[in-house]
Amino acid sequence: MSLLAYTPSAAQRRRAAYRRRQTVRSVLVAAASTATLGTLLVLAVTGAPGWDRVRESFLDPAIARDALPAVLSGLWLNIRLLVLCAAGALLLGLLVALLRTLRGPVFFPVRALAAGYTYTFRGLPLIIVLYVLTLGVPGLRLQGMPPVLVLGGLALVLTYGGYLAEVFRAGIESIHPSQLAAARSLGLTYRQTMRHVVLPQAVRRVAPPLLNDVVALQKDVGLVSLAGPIDAVRAAQIATAQTFNYTPYILAGVLFVLLAIPLIAVTDWVTLRAARRQSGG
Amino acid sequence: MAVLTCRGLRKEFGGHVVLDGLDLTVAEHQVVALIGASGSGKSTLLRCVNLLEELDDGTIELDGEEISDPRVDPDRVRRRIGMVFQSYNLFPHLTVLQNVTLAPRRVHRRARADAEAQARDLLDRVGLGAKADAYPDRLSGGQQQRVAIVRALANQPRLMLLDEVTSALDPELVGEVLAMIRDLKADGMTMVLATHEMGFAREVADQVCFLDSGRVVEAGPPGQVLGEPTQPRTRQFLRRIIEAGRL
Ligand SMILES: Nc1ncnc2c1ncn2[C@@H]1O[C@H](COP(=O)(O)OP(=O)(O)OP(=O)(O)O)[C@@H](O)[C@H]1O
Ligand SMILES: [Mg+2]
Repeated sequence: MSLLAYTPSAAQRRRAAYRRRQTVRSVLVAAASTATLGTLLVLAVTGAPGWDRVRESFLDPAIARDALPAVLSGLWLNIRLLVLCAAGALLLGLLVALLRTLRGPVFFPVRALAAGYTYTFRGLPLIIVLYVLTLGVPGLRLQGMPPVLVLGGLALVLTYGGYLAEVFRAGIESIHPSQLAAARSLGLTYRQTMRHVVLPQAVRRVAPPLLNDVVALQKDVGLVSLAGPIDAVRAAQIATAQTFNYTPYILAGVLFVLLAIPLIAVTDWVTLRAARRQSGG
Repeated sequence: MAVLTCRGLRKEFGGHVVLDGLDLTVAEHQVVALIGASGSGKSTLLRCVNLLEELDDGTIELDGEEISDPRVDPDRVRRRIGMVFQSYNLFPHLTVLQNVTLAPRRVHRRARADAEAQARDLLDRVGLGAKADAYPDRLSGGQQQRVAIVRALANQPRLMLLDEVTSALDPELVGEVLAMIRDLKADGMTMVLATHEMGFAREVADQVCFLDSGRVVEAGPPGQVLGEPTQPRTRQFLRRIIEAGRL
């Protein structure tokens, strides 16, 4: 940088002033159009002939307040399941993806097993896995059978592990062979190459789709309630059955969205950062 | 004693014979330049020496040890050979310093401080000390290639294999990389380099080998091979190079 004081030219100052004016204009236009659209929407909905009926059966504050404790305790189950299952599925997915990259005849059975797993569990509907594990397996009456919640969690981990394994594998295979050649030429072993060169790049590249699957998992963890445990949606269902009012569902829905917002925000941020890095900016 | 001895190397890709009974000997402190048309097998030869390709026949000895023996651990061989690629192949997720210290730390199990001190010293010597903490995508092509050479040197190799290390560079950046190779020669490094820079081969090489049809067709001091070639195919190749204005 020059040590002489720099003064922008008249042309540059005119440009800067113009850009500032444009920015202010854009903000005003956006605010005005948002306000107009919002008003129209509110008028259309509240002016609808059935609005009062709908408000009573879906948006009753008293019922929401009564249902809140039950729905919240259900949501706590969702959150715990989400954290544990996401961690389990990420680990399982990474492990399976790594096993599928092993070369050599010794590893044939491992590769075949890993491939069979991803094919099976990506094809099987989650509900069927859940029923088999939570209803079928306890039927065996084996000693030391884990509780239904653990079995349900296992179903989620197995199903999502299959998806995540494919995401990880796509990432690993996207790393150019010249990176492997460079690492091996330095004397790094296959494992060191994976650990220090391939995986760090691969995981960075597939972080957005991985997080996207975690957001999807968040909605699916509630399905364990099919086997008995009470999650937020099931709690809302019970409350609805008692009051014949659908407000608890809306409550649960709002809580789910609130829970998802930070996760989705992180996903967007990571995606943006990955895109920036890709373009070398 | 010879650092590298290749005897009767054969390599084919799906029936297409690339190396066909190739012989090559490189003495200690010697610089050997491989020249030849595109597709003549220069890169393939270097990759075979570094055991990145499996041979179809022939033997390779490094310091008298047969490294083409399948019982030899290739990782142990590769850490004694430094290789530099046309496309640099730096690790984009690691800083310059981390690129250079990766092998010393993970392969040679040197302490981090120790490896970093050595790396900074090497980087300083080639004028890249200020870039130690930069990521590769912030460097010019010439700087990236010099880092790649430093990364290979950090292993303190017996032999350096350089595969057209200036071909991907803008003309004004070629000089800085060639200067570095000149310094390596002055330090007595044994090197095999594939190159299209005939002027540089003439200046830096002790021996020039012309590859054609998978063999070394003509080998000798640069003045002889590039100046008074005896083989018709060498003459033909050089004529084409001169016509293209590259000599
Ligand atoms: N992995 C591979 N699979 C199939 N064919 C290959 C492979 N690697 C190299 N070849 C072929 O082997 C031949 C020699 O390639 P090589 O890269 O060694 O030539 P080169 O002398 O280095 O050429 P250049 O000067 O263009 O770099 C080429 O015909 C190439 O197509
Ligand atoms: Mg080549």
